[in-house]
Amino acid sequence: MKEMGGTLGTLAWFFALMSLFAIGGANSAVPEIHRFAVDVQHWMTDPQFSDIFGLAQLTPGPNVIVVTLIGYHVAGLAGALVATLTMCGPTCLLAFYVGRTFDRFRGASWRVALAGGLVPVTLGLTAASAVVVARAADDTWVAVGITVATALITYWIRVNPLWIFAVAALLGLSGVV
Amino acid sequence: MNDVTPTPRATEPVAAAAPPRPSLSELFVAYALISLYGFGGVLAWSRRMMVEERRWLTPEQFNEAYALCSFLPGPNIVNFSVIFGSRVRGPLGGLVALVGLLGPPMLLIVIIGALYAHYGDLPALRRALIGVTAAAAGLIMSTVAKMALPLFRNRAVGGPVIALATFGAIGIAQWPLPIVLVVVLPISLALAWVQR
Repeated sequence: MKEMGGTLGTLAWFFALMSLFAIGGANSAVPEIHRFAVDVQHWMTDPQFSDIFGLAQLTPGPNVIVVTLIGYHVAGLAGALVATLTMCGPTCLLAFYVGRTFDRFRGASWRVALAGGLVPVTLGLTAASAVVVARAADDTWVAVGITVATALITYWIRVNPLWIFAVAALLGLSGVV
Repeated sequence: MNDVTPTPRATEPVAAAAPPRPSLSELFVAYALISLYGFGGVLAWSRRMMVEERRWLTPEQFNEAYALCSFLPGPNIVNFSVIFGSRVRGPLGGLVALVGLLGPPMLLIVIIGALYAHYGDLPALRRALIGVTAAAAGLIMSTVAKMALPLFRNRAVGGPVIALATFGAIGIAQWPLPIVLVVVLPISLALAWVQR
């Protein structure tokens, strides 16, 4: 029982700390989470970690839920809850207060300038992340074709991207990609 | 500092067309859908839902909120859900949006994790994932392209140049992120301050 409380406590402080490192998305914190979970705490082996990461990628939803599965692996349902809440809780509170301040000063010149300065940088970063994802994913010409086709179709046509994902999944499953 | 006079160049429609204000249940459903559709990242699906389908935010408002969330610590769309939810429905709205976004995938991943532990066949799933990841990369590209439209349409050249420079430095030249940010961010903020 004491052991379990200790594990939950470790999960809690570690993920609360990690949430602060996750700037620009949860994936920024994954290398550090890997180091701590595999090398420091020996909660899991390297292959188990990559399986967990793979399962999280397969599950729809924000990337943070990799943390849910790590918590589940380490300490069951309580671990899943503790890991997710501590990874999201502190930063959500911060977002709540920052968002409120930002909205209160709607129209103030510092706010206009801040937003106007952050938006172009963010767009550049997000475009770069799209290229990084594509570079990692597109090992074959078929994969490149899927990426380009998806980009063009979803830009020009209002089709639900889920259909494209379904086709892409089938292509992957059949081994063509 | 103290000039709050509205500039003629309206950056956002000041209550011109009052956006529809979602109820708590609409918030929950929208965020649950975003998370359940969200293969390969939730940014594309949030924009689709918030801007294109429900029209709760203009493209400019979406960009601003997303930019703010990207520079806050923590997962950015999770931050976004809290900020948007609390903006339209107070603290409870923030909580409802958050639970909508995180609840369904948490449930799913625990079920998937348990199933995998019993009869895991990851190679087959991995093959499917390769296809989905390739498509997801394309979806992010078209989403960024749509997000960039307002920037290229109604701003001075500063914004597009900053966006392209950031993209080139990190996406193409693959320079380290902190160094690029230390250089680009002050320039971008200064430009925006001058043009405000």
